[in-house]
Amino acid sequence: MRYLPDLLGGLVVTLELTVLSFLGALVLGTLLGVARVSPVRSLRAFGAAYVGALRNVPLLVLLVLFVFGLPDVGVTYSLFTSAVICLALYAAAFVCETVRSGIRTVPLGQAEAARSIGLTFGQALRHVILPQAFRAMVQPLANVFIGVVLGTSLVAAVGVADLTNRGSALTLRYDEPLIVFAWATAFYVVITLGSGVLAGRLERAVRINR
Amino acid sequence: MTSGDDYRILFDEPGPRARRTIRIVTAVSIVVGLVLAGLAVRQFAINGQLAADKWRMFTEWPYQRFLLTGLVKTLQAAAVCTVLALPLGALLALARLSGTRLLRWPATVFVELFRSVPALLLVYVFLLGLPRFGIVLPVFWQLVVPIVISGTATVAELFRAGVLSMERGQFEAAYSVGLTPGQAMRLIILPQVVRRLVPVLVTAVVSLLKDTTLGYVVSYSELLNSGRTLAQYTQALVQTYLVVAVLYIVVNGLLSRLAAHLEQRQRRRGTAPIRAEAVVTLVT
Repeated sequence: MRYLPDLLGGLVVTLELTVLSFLGALVLGTLLGVARVSPVRSLRAFGAAYVGALRNVPLLVLLVLFVFGLPDVGVTYSLFTSAVICLALYAAAFVCETVRSGIRTVPLGQAEAARSIGLTFGQALRHVILPQAFRAMVQPLANVFIGVVLGTSLVAAVGVADLTNRGSALTLRYDEPLIVFAWATAFYVVITLGSGVLAGRLERAVRINR
Repeated sequence: MTSGDDYRILFDEPGPRARRTIRIVTAVSIVVGLVLAGLAVRQFAINGQLAADKWRMFTEWPYQRFLLTGLVKTLQAAAVCTVLALPLGALLALARLSGTRLLRWPATVFVELFRSVPALLLVYVFLLGLPRFGIVLPVFWQLVVPIVISGTATVAELFRAGVLSMERGQFEAAYSVGLTPGQAMRLIILPQVVRRLVPVLVTAVVSLLKDTTLGYVVSYSELLNSGRTLAQYTQALVQTYLVVAVLYIVVNGLLSRLAAHLEQRQRRRGTAPIRAEAVVTLVT
């Protein structure tokens, strides 16, 4: 049990990484999603290019590029900040796609009604389309969240002391390898299953019964 | 997936004022984009990273061959992971859907457990944990086995969602002509599910391919790990990692495009392909 405080420290880092980068991804991803459905072709093209690149590059490659490559061109952040930026940039591509398919679930009549009372594109999105789209997006966004939880583990490979990193380090230090991994596993299971349950509740609470 | 035509409903055919606004936003966004790109290039330039000798190696065959060998090993690892994870995932889904508790419960536990654990943690178990008990896998399998374990759990959820999304009439019709549940599954349900799952399974392959970057951790010389070796040898870190990133984007981009193409073809033919994000994310 002597390794447990260390492991809990790693758990805190994992949670901080998850929450910060998911919030960043939510904001950036929504903006990108809006860009992808906007009437401006250059914004649509930018959104498509962003998603095409960030969804197809492995997260670990992004992390390695950011942590080991970018200092060469004078871009240096702390390890933790780099990790948050990478995770947020990466997850934003998935949030963007979720927003896009969320918008698709809103019945056409809603958009037509919004236009017919004279709302502009931005107003219609903000007041009519997105509030409804987000209700349909709870489950997919929860999946992105779980993806971020699991994705944070990759920061261990570039040296951030998260749950996975501490787990492997403690395994090397103490002679109880499987127990340490069992604890780390249990923490991950609790986070992912817990957020799944919460998402289910949230979804029922905000659902629109059509 | 076309350039936004599916969203025409969100905005009217632009009139003169809207057209002007669109023109202004277009101009501003292009200027901002050019400025940002210029700043990035400047950042490279003032740090001397645009120097020709920092990039020349990518035109020379020995370096190209080194990276391409890494890419081939990435593809090999991804192929082995795919060949193992897809059938195992399908079997696991069938076990989870079966009426026998002895099959259903272990399958459920396996899927829920390994969907919730990062593949990297499993890699460390095989890399650092099991050797204490005298279990040491060859490097290739130290990479592939953890990816297959977590990939199998993901694929199982895709198959299960596929079976659950089948119309009940398909089961009822199969039973009414006298097929047993096993026969109905094998002859009627699965063939349809597999066809509808193909696009999403291609996306699953992309995520397996991304997982093979964990070779960086186990020191299996796939593309990312080869990139690290090359970067350390040439001291051109940012260049090498950029080239590696572009290679991954090209390969995965082709697979993603194939998935989108298959999905659209199915939509045209009136079969509803199964969407991944409803069930699981293939994020990492």
